[in-house]
Amino acid sequence: MNREEVRQAVVDILEDIAPDEDVSSIKDDISLREQMDLDSMDFLDIVMELRKRFNIEVPESDYQELVSMASCIKYLQPLLKDRQLAS
Amino acid sequence: MNSQVYPEERIVITGIGLTAPNGNNLKEFRENLLAGKSGVKKFETRYVGEVLAGVCDFDALKYQKKKELRRGTRVGSISIYCCREAFNDSGIDFESIDRSRVGVYLGVTEHGNVETENEIYNISKYNYDTKFWSHHHNPRTVANNPAGEVTLNMKITGPHYTIGAACAAGNMGVIQGLQMLRLGEVDLALAGGVSESIHTFGIFASFKSEGALAEHEDPTKASRPFDKNRNGIVCAEGGGVYILERLSDAKRRGAKIYGEIVGYATNSDAFDFILPEPGRQAECMRLALKKANLMPRDINILNAHATATQLGDIQECKAIRDVFGEEEAVWINNTKSFIGHTMGAAGTLELAGNLPAFEDGLVHQTLNLDDLDPICYLKNIVSGQPKQLNRVDYIMNNSFGMFGINSVLIVKRYDN
Repeated sequence: MNREEVRQAVVDILEDIAPDEDVSSIKDDISLREQMDLDSMDFLDIVMELRKRFNIEVPESDYQELVSMASCIKYLQPLLKDRQLAS
Repeated sequence: MNSQVYPEERIVITGIGLTAPNGNNLKEFRENLLAGKSGVKKFETRYVGEVLAGVCDFDALKYQKKKELRRGTRVGSISIYCCREAFNDSGIDFESIDRSRVGVYLGVTEHGNVETENEIYNISKYNYDTKFWSHHHNPRTVANNPAGEVTLNMKITGPHYTIGAACAAGNMGVIQGLQMLRLGEVDLALAGGVSESIHTFGIFASFKSEGALAEHEDPTKASRPFDKNRNGIVCAEGGGVYILERLSDAKRRGAKIYGEIVGYATNSDAFDFILPEPGRQAECMRLALKKANLMPRDINILNAHATATQLGDIQECKAIRDVFGEEEAVWINNTKSFIGHTMGAAGTLELAGNLPAFEDGLVHQTLNLDDLDPICYLKNIVSGQPKQLNRVDYIMNNSFGMFGINSVLIVKRYDN
């Protein structure tokens, strides 16, 4: 996956776990929680979806890496570099 | 804190919210009961395949966001819909009341089966690795979930809990609400029963193994209480919630009053896991009559619990004959014949469908009673079409459940 594909993978997850939100307008450098109605259970959903969709384990100590779209991409891109975005 | 108690206060129903397989508000539900319209259809369920069920089609997004639906449970959604609708119906300005004085008391037959089955199915796709088990499982399956979701949605800070009472649960929710109003614990009670049971395959599979799951080529004819050809239960989902208030409060605000709860009773068969015991059922009806200071002949409509199982119907009919005998003025009907068995919701939903009789004098029929089983003989079962009475003053509702839990409510006409 390239950077854009990783971003799309995160957007797909957010679309599922926050179905009332407009994910098309997410700003990458602002924390997700400032832009969306997300709580700690939602963040656990992000972690669960990464596990289910990409077999990625995000340890609790790395949860802060998921704070914004930019940080998500930075953290996930090396882990997803050999993966395809599901069509 | 209010420490006053109101042991003699009359308790009235001032709002009704419901979803049934054939109606999403009282008007629609009543119209379909009078028109003989069933809500039973074919329904696909995991592992068991196609079954017959009472399925609700209320608009869940009317009062919830998509995320709430995703996170919560089906029964939480049913509960929120019914409680919100009940409030709207009551005319109470929700924004102006003290929500710490509102109690939420919802009866459930069971809770957590749907969510547990879903999670097991989910991890079955991951070789049963429990690291894929959802963190939402515990909040979805705690026994107070349905009532708890209501408090979050409506920002109610008074007490909330569910009353686990098998298929007697709807009436038990009302009894609990009534008692809490008299104890002065709350000023308003959201009381009733709810069920999501059609979403657990286990309930269908278990009734099938027991030989108690209804089958019929025409889904609308499957639920046949008292009929010779009855062959079991049609499971259904649904909810029925009442706003209960002390009469003095209701009068003060000029509330529309559906009726007054003048009698109630609950007892236990202490007899068998599933087979009901007519002696204790009769005793429960008599206890409710005694509490209301009534004679059997004073009851105008008796809504029977009968679920259309072979033995269950026979047992209840024995109990009803024991209490009511050949009383001419008592008319009997059954709502499960239309909508199936809404389990925890049955008591309040079935009673709600009869409450408009105080105004129109009509006793809705028992659907599908084509050939009365002689062993289920009762003096006046209404079938074929609604029965017009001159006046309805008292309605009794029976709701019984596994482990011989019996509950009876009696509602009296209130002339507004």
